[in-house]
Amino acid sequence: MRHLIDPLDFTPEETNNILDFADRIVTNRSAYAHIADGKKLATLFYEPSTRTRLSFESAMLSLGGQTLGFADAEQSSATKGETVVDTVRVISCYADIIAMRHPKEGAPLRASMYSTVPVINAGDGGHIHPSQTLIDLLTIRQRKGRLDHLTVGFCGDLKFGRTVHSLVNSLVRYPGNQFYFISPEELRVPDYLIDDTLKPSGISYAEVTSLEKTLPKLDVLYMTRVQKERFFNEEDYIRLKGTYILTKKMLQAASPDMPVLHPLPRVDEITPDVDTDSRAAYFQQVQNGVYIRMALIASLLGLEDPLTGKKVLPC
Amino acid sequence: MLKIESIQNGVVIDHITNGQGMNIYQLLHLEDQKQSVALLQSVRSQKYGHKDLIKIEGETLPERLDILGYLDDKITLIVIRDGEVVKKYHPVPPEYLKNVIQCKNPRCITSIEIGCDHIFKMSPSGIYRCIYCNQKISVH
Repeated sequence: MRHLIDPLDFTPEETNNILDFADRIVTNRSAYAHIADGKKLATLFYEPSTRTRLSFESAMLSLGGQTLGFADAEQSSATKGETVVDTVRVISCYADIIAMRHPKEGAPLRASMYSTVPVINAGDGGHIHPSQTLIDLLTIRQRKGRLDHLTVGFCGDLKFGRTVHSLVNSLVRYPGNQFYFISPEELRVPDYLIDDTLKPSGISYAEVTSLEKTLPKLDVLYMTRVQKERFFNEEDYIRLKGTYILTKKMLQAASPDMPVLHPLPRVDEITPDVDTDSRAAYFQQVQNGVYIRMALIASLLGLEDPLTGKKVLPC
Repeated sequence: MLKIESIQNGVVIDHITNGQGMNIYQLLHLEDQKQSVALLQSVRSQKYGHKDLIKIEGETLPERLDILGYLDDKITLIVIRDGEVVKKYHPVPPEYLKNVIQCKNPRCITSIEIGCDHIFKMSPSGIYRCIYCNQKISVH
């Protein structure tokens, strides 16, 4: 049985296979409309989320399956003091696969140790968000035609921005990529990413503070929101939240085919006038979210791809 | 100079960095040991100027001694049986530490989950990190 807790749980080949699977779903949606008939997805969301939970549910429904779950810790037995382990043992009896979001880092890993069905990490605190990573990879590949030899700029909250950590971990596995980390001093990438991923990989990277000066150097720009919910001190949040705001005017300095990605939701870090620019890729990411999660659910359930007759992941 | 008797059976944790002896004493929970334990601080050392030193009397060695190799690479463990040194070595840190040290990250699942083991794994860069949240080990 396979889980997806960290993007590195999949080899680069398996990751590419999932992306290929998602691409096949994009062009042949009807072929996949019933491959999960009779299967159930449990969405255990201990933290509010609109797009991720609905995206998982939409994906399962698009495969012919059904969904159950809760959208807030207040609706779960966690309010009665139930542990993650006990919850997942119970839910394993009700569902065939679980998608879990939790404010505490490592909760989905803990769940996967005791679950008897596959567990997908749908985001654990400020830690990692592997299904979003697959979405980001698919979107970059669709826009740039490759995942290697890219100069990628990450901008905003790089300390608590779990999508950044996950994407960096994945992109270092493709040759020739280099990174610019654009953030205020207080929100720099965490040391574990530098010590355990960037330095050992020998990849070229720079930590900078100016978005304007860095824009012309980039093949891909990944914007993030400064997340209020990650701060223990509201004063710090207020001081840092408006540090970077991308406008259409600023994009004049960027490459004409530099996609702008954002995991959403945004607050004010991308102005609405950017939405009509062809480089804005964040709503494409949202659409890709359903396709990737369809591919992911089907793969982890061990279902055959009806177009190839093969399973995507080895069990 | 303060004189502490030699031990006949037990272990000497030698060459502890000066001032770190109490941290190691607490880390190994030596306050819970039933054997005799002596913590010596700022002992003169030919090699390092000054050092701390812990002597633990008894047939049974404390658990978790191997972690000391990670905390202080100067540390030497000297095992004594019947008054003779039978083994002298630098401890090699294990790949995993289970319930040796608590993760101090308030955002980690270990901070709320009852019965959750605190597990640290040696990372590729040689640093112990919590398997749940990647927090770097902190013993002080």
